[in-house]
Amino acid sequence: MGLCILGVVMVATASPSVADRTGDLHSYHFLFRHLLFIGPAVGAIVVISFFQIKWLVKLCAFMFLCASIGVVVSLFFGMEIKGATRWIRLFGFSIQPSEFLKPAFIVLSAWLLGQQKINENFPGIILALGLFVTSAGLLILQPDFGMCFLLTIVFGMQIFLVGCPLRYIVILVGVFLVGILLAYFSLSHVQSRVDRFINPESGDSYQIDKSKEAFMNGGFIGAGPGQGTVKNQVPDIHSDFIFTAMGEELGFLLSGLFVCGLASLFYRLLSHFTRAESLFVMLAGSGLVFMLVVQSFIHMGSTLQLIPAKGMTLPLISYGGSSLLAVGISFGLILALSRGLNEDRPRGTWRHLTKKENI
Amino acid sequence: MSLLNRWNKNIATLISTRGEALYVGRTRLRIVQSICLLLFALVLIRLGDLTLMQTPNEPNIDRKHASVQSMERADIVDRNGVLLATTLQVSSLYADPTLIENKAFVANQLEAILDVDNLISKIDRKGRFVWIKRGLTPSEHFKVNALGIPGLAFRTETRRFYPQGNLSSHVVGYTSVDSRGLAGMELEYDDRLAQGGEALSLNMDVRVQHALVKSLRLQMDNFNALAAMGGVVDIQTGEVVAAVSLPDFDPHHAGKADKSALRNRFAQGVYEMGSTFKLFSTANYIEKTGKSFSKTFDAREPLKEGRFTINDYHAEKRILTLPEVFIHSSNIGSALMGRAIGSENMQKFYTDLGFMDKMDVDFPGNPKPLTPSPWRDVNTLTASYGHGIAVTPLHVLQAAATIANNGVRPTLSFAKDAQHDPIQSRVLSASTAYKMRQLLRLNVTDGSGKQADVPGYMVGGKTGTSEKAGKGGYDKDRLLSSFLGVFPVDNPRYAVLAVLDEPKGNKKSHGYATGGWTAAPVVGDVISDMTRVLGMMPNPKAPNLTAGLSRYLKKENTITPASYQR
Repeated sequence: MGLCILGVVMVATASPSVADRTGDLHSYHFLFRHLLFIGPAVGAIVVISFFQIKWLVKLCAFMFLCASIGVVVSLFFGMEIKGATRWIRLFGFSIQPSEFLKPAFIVLSAWLLGQQKINENFPGIILALGLFVTSAGLLILQPDFGMCFLLTIVFGMQIFLVGCPLRYIVILVGVFLVGILLAYFSLSHVQSRVDRFINPESGDSYQIDKSKEAFMNGGFIGAGPGQGTVKNQVPDIHSDFIFTAMGEELGFLLSGLFVCGLASLFYRLLSHFTRAESLFVMLAGSGLVFMLVVQSFIHMGSTLQLIPAKGMTLPLISYGGSSLLAVGISFGLILALSRGLNEDRPRGTWRHLTKKENI
Repeated sequence: MSLLNRWNKNIATLISTRGEALYVGRTRLRIVQSICLLLFALVLIRLGDLTLMQTPNEPNIDRKHASVQSMERADIVDRNGVLLATTLQVSSLYADPTLIENKAFVANQLEAILDVDNLISKIDRKGRFVWIKRGLTPSEHFKVNALGIPGLAFRTETRRFYPQGNLSSHVVGYTSVDSRGLAGMELEYDDRLAQGGEALSLNMDVRVQHALVKSLRLQMDNFNALAAMGGVVDIQTGEVVAAVSLPDFDPHHAGKADKSALRNRFAQGVYEMGSTFKLFSTANYIEKTGKSFSKTFDAREPLKEGRFTINDYHAEKRILTLPEVFIHSSNIGSALMGRAIGSENMQKFYTDLGFMDKMDVDFPGNPKPLTPSPWRDVNTLTASYGHGIAVTPLHVLQAAATIANNGVRPTLSFAKDAQHDPIQSRVLSASTAYKMRQLLRLNVTDGSGKQADVPGYMVGGKTGTSEKAGKGGYDKDRLLSSFLGVFPVDNPRYAVLAVLDEPKGNKKSHGYATGGWTAAPVVGDVISDMTRVLGMMPNPKAPNLTAGLSRYLKKENTITPASYQR
């Protein structure tokens, strides 16, 4: 909950500059849109957290189906923004179906993998692999390599957890690396991103330079909310670079605290899932948490020039209706899965989580 | 199916059995957990590194408009390509106070070079950016560089320069510090200039402009006038060859100029022009009534219209012929013409001449004239001698060009590529226009315009002297004296207008401050200068337009200085 509020504040301070630059939009255009999505997102957290586990699978199967159809539709009828067709228009909102694909896929693959444990004749792994190839294929068609990468990492982690012998894991990692190399050599924009990361002189690195400058300007205590100046020059500050705005305005002290808080939240969640009695719960829960971890890391790493720039939203903080809603759903799923992990504290997990979130 | 089953079995063996799986999973989840922590630790370290350990090597100032500035604004040149406005790169000096060790020393050193006061207060400040001086000369730049003081740096900026300075200031205008046009051509063609590219060519000729400025300024000083204005227009094309408003200002420091100097009088000021308007009312009278020069007007008694009484300034107190009304500038005679024309015809003709509307001209801020509303019959009478209607000098020039251009109205334009309606409309018949040229010439040979004559160039013209409206009516001591000249009247090329605001009579003018004494010499001088710079030859074979007109004039009553009046 606290994160949501922080997100509102950060979008509030970061978005006017984007809207101003866009020209005809109202300064607070993005803020209002963001607030509009907070409600459904919080609703999704609460409602989904009360779901029975067996219903979760059905919900996710349904969501996966809808999201896949959405992705296919967006391929044909979608709006092209910045070179990719990821969005479809529905009821006046532009929706990015692939955001919903992620959590649904993670839960489904966890269930399939878990089912195989219960019943050896059930072709869970093969189905999970099939599911993975389908989803990854859909994402590549968009093209959305960031999300595809995320999905691959999380799926890999699930395979890892399921107890695959290490030699196979090594082989899988090798395949993964080959895939990345392939992406590097066959896709010009991936190549240029990485080149620019390794050698900033080789190309235009305006966004990332400005982002670094913003962090430097922030210093220890920051410029104060709404007081950042460098952020006005960073493109996509309200979504893919919102951590930059945090860095400049809140400084090392508070944004560091934010990172620690985020880390402890995710750490605690993962700890909970080590106590899971069912493989499905463990795989699904940790998969979802891991997804959020990787996503946060890529976001913050990009803004800090720790890794090559890859546009990814910061869960719960960044502007973006689909992203916010999908993250809300993910948290709802996590809460539902973690319910009942501690028998002696029946609702402890829930209380614990809300307490943790109020950083 | 069996193949799939076999595959499935094989893969399933890769995974440990159920109980074991959870155990392995938990262990491995611990590893994942550690990786997550590691990732966040990395982020934290990098965050600390960026925010705490590194300081930006260049101060942050918002360069939002950098792209706008970097585009070089186009030059402005006159009709012969003489540079009127250009954009140059200058360097501006700023300091990063945190990097300056001995602040007092640095301030002293800089003050010696830059002619800036109290530098220490600028340097001895918190923050990382402070302007020391903007727009340094190259030699200042060199000297500061030679000091080799760390913490001082330059930024290249663009600045607008006006090589002709005050000369063309009111026409060319000026820009703001961020290079947006604020007045004149800089404002009118702001978007065109901001795009850069080819220079904007004006119709102005700086040589003619200079002649006009020189003569106006001289006469302004001679008669101790508040202000002066004028213009030269090509009658056939409507091109504005010169336009002057005095006092003028230095376009490089327009912000420091006083309000009066910034006021553009030729395009934006409206004035009751007085008798100059008799040119238009007389033309209208001849056109509408078809009367010849032998028509007479009774100017023995002041004319009463309602509660108004119309007097002549220097009354002849006799019956005047039409040419006499014009050259003696009889208000009574003109008012009688106005009465004969009628209000409706008068308004229509003034509308055709452009006196009732904002002008279609490529100059910003040209206002709508002040016209009587509602228009009563008495307004027709006063408007016929140029009172009760206030127009800009540009309006007068356009109307004069219309009469001289055989009755066809040209559209005035300041820039070569001005966009305007190419269709010129006929306002007056050619025969009436010819008669008006005869009268204009007669007024110079035998009337109030003698001082505007330039031998060999057939100058024609009309004086105007109006009393300025003050509190509670017109003030006979505050005059607006003007002369509207056209030359050569046999084949008109240029219309020249000179106006002096509140000239005071001097010894040489026998105390008179009327248009014939103050403004007519300006027009004469300008025409004489113009013909030389433009290479116009005198035409001794020019037909004498006024031949035979003398019979309409009363012989024994030659025009005395006192009667070259309004």
